[in-house]
Amino acid sequence: MAEKPLVSIVSAGMSKFGKREGLYGRELFTEAATEAYERCPNLNPKKDIKALFVGMMGESYEHQGHAGPTVADWVGLTPTQSYRTEGACGSSATAIRVGIFAVLSGQADIVMVGGVEKMTHRATPDVTEYLAMASDYFFEQWNGMTFPGLFAMVATAHIHKYGTTEEQMAMVAVKNHHHGAMNPKAHMQKEITLEQAMSSRIVAWPLKLYDCSLITDGASCLIITKPELAKKYTDTPVHIIGSGQASDTIGLFERNSFTTLNAGKLAAQQAYKMADTNPSDIDVAEVHDCFTIAEIVAYEDLGFCKLGEGGRFIEEGQSQIGGKVAVCTSGGLKSKGHPVGATGTAQAYEIYLQLTGQAGKRQVNGAEIGLTHNIGGLGGTGVVNVYRRG
Amino acid sequence: MTEETVPFTIESFYKFVKERKIMGALCNKCGALILPPKPMCTKCFSRDLKWKEIPKQGKLLTYTVIHVCPQQFQSLAPYAVGIVELEDDAYLPGMIKDVTMEQIKVGMNLTVEFEETQTSQGWPQWPRYYFKP
Repeated sequence: MAEKPLVSIVSAGMSKFGKREGLYGRELFTEAATEAYERCPNLNPKKDIKALFVGMMGESYEHQGHAGPTVADWVGLTPTQSYRTEGACGSSATAIRVGIFAVLSGQADIVMVGGVEKMTHRATPDVTEYLAMASDYFFEQWNGMTFPGLFAMVATAHIHKYGTTEEQMAMVAVKNHHHGAMNPKAHMQKEITLEQAMSSRIVAWPLKLYDCSLITDGASCLIITKPELAKKYTDTPVHIIGSGQASDTIGLFERNSFTTLNAGKLAAQQAYKMADTNPSDIDVAEVHDCFTIAEIVAYEDLGFCKLGEGGRFIEEGQSQIGGKVAVCTSGGLKSKGHPVGATGTAQAYEIYLQLTGQAGKRQVNGAEIGLTHNIGGLGGTGVVNVYRRG
Repeated sequence: MTEETVPFTIESFYKFVKERKIMGALCNKCGALILPPKPMCTKCFSRDLKWKEIPKQGKLLTYTVIHVCPQQFQSLAPYAVGIVELEDDAYLPGMIKDVTMEQIKVGMNLTVEFEETQTSQGWPQWPRYYFKP
């Protein structure tokens, strides 16, 4: 295990996820930031926070760009320097990465990193079009490919190559709804049955409605600092001990394999190495279950099981609370919801709760080591962090 | 178009599609086939490239049938799209037409076909290709 952490998380906040009628992105971010401020009474935000990094995927949803100062203004951080980071559905995981760089560089001892997206006020075909912008326009979108469609092609390839079944994919949805039902901030806090998932309407065969994550409004943030400063702000920090990020082709069609998301896999290898950990050390993980097949691929890419055995891994109950590794205890993107820009730091928020024993009914007993796996687009961006209880 | 003077760009790719050709960039240095064409070889960084016509016959690697789609494709839904391997390292995404959804199988032989009519207004004005059995 890595002796010295990269950085320490001293506070975290997350808005309620859901259909947040009448609230826009900057207001949702304020909800998250307020929680982070309240958890950390020794912090004087305007004085102590030296930079703000905000992950946001698109301007189209709210007809609003320039997220850095927009958010800084609403959370009381002006005139602090602010930045927007964009990595599609991995936007706020890249905010964490840039925040780590800022702290490690010595330019900013304490930073706020977060993400936000307001989505539910737009019609589904519009949201489908905006989300597709994270994929290649010139060849894929132009030919009618959608985001669910691209992940559906990953599913078809996985089924064809490894014999993964639609039932196994549905089991991911059932598990994550089970976990999400225990998360008071989740968008959809209800259990679903395998039959419900299997009989839901087709979005992009073989993916059905319950294979897809939710269109959600939400925001999330973390306050991170140098490990040596952490104790000044909290008795219970969570350390980031390993971090990795990689890129892949923008088009799925340019790749040699459609059954793995290589950027996520490479990011995991970097993070494990830096943290001096193995997949078997991970107690709790938030993975990028934007579609159920993506969680099955993540089990394999993260080394929780062998290539091709992701379907069996869920079927055997290895990824539920009490299994080999508790995956998506928050409910994941599937049940907690997926306000795309907010997802990366919301995953870290869940790991923060788990490693500080604040996860309530879904607490993984004795969780020491956590992991987040955030994918941008169809795997063009992959970010993995490994966390340790402070 | 005389191939020697055509830049290795996306616009050129679609100009060739208008001539009913699928063209990629072949690296004269390392032999890599770059499809879609890019201004340099992304394997060895050489800018010594030449156009290569890709055969129109290939095999379906993966596919889906899309039901929920953006406004512009709604009149076609449900429609099939897939990724076809035309030859080694030449993969192309596109719609699969002239086939029932039940007939589509991974590994089936497909051929590139070209649309006769221009369907879009404003940017972009690219001609369309698709796959059929």
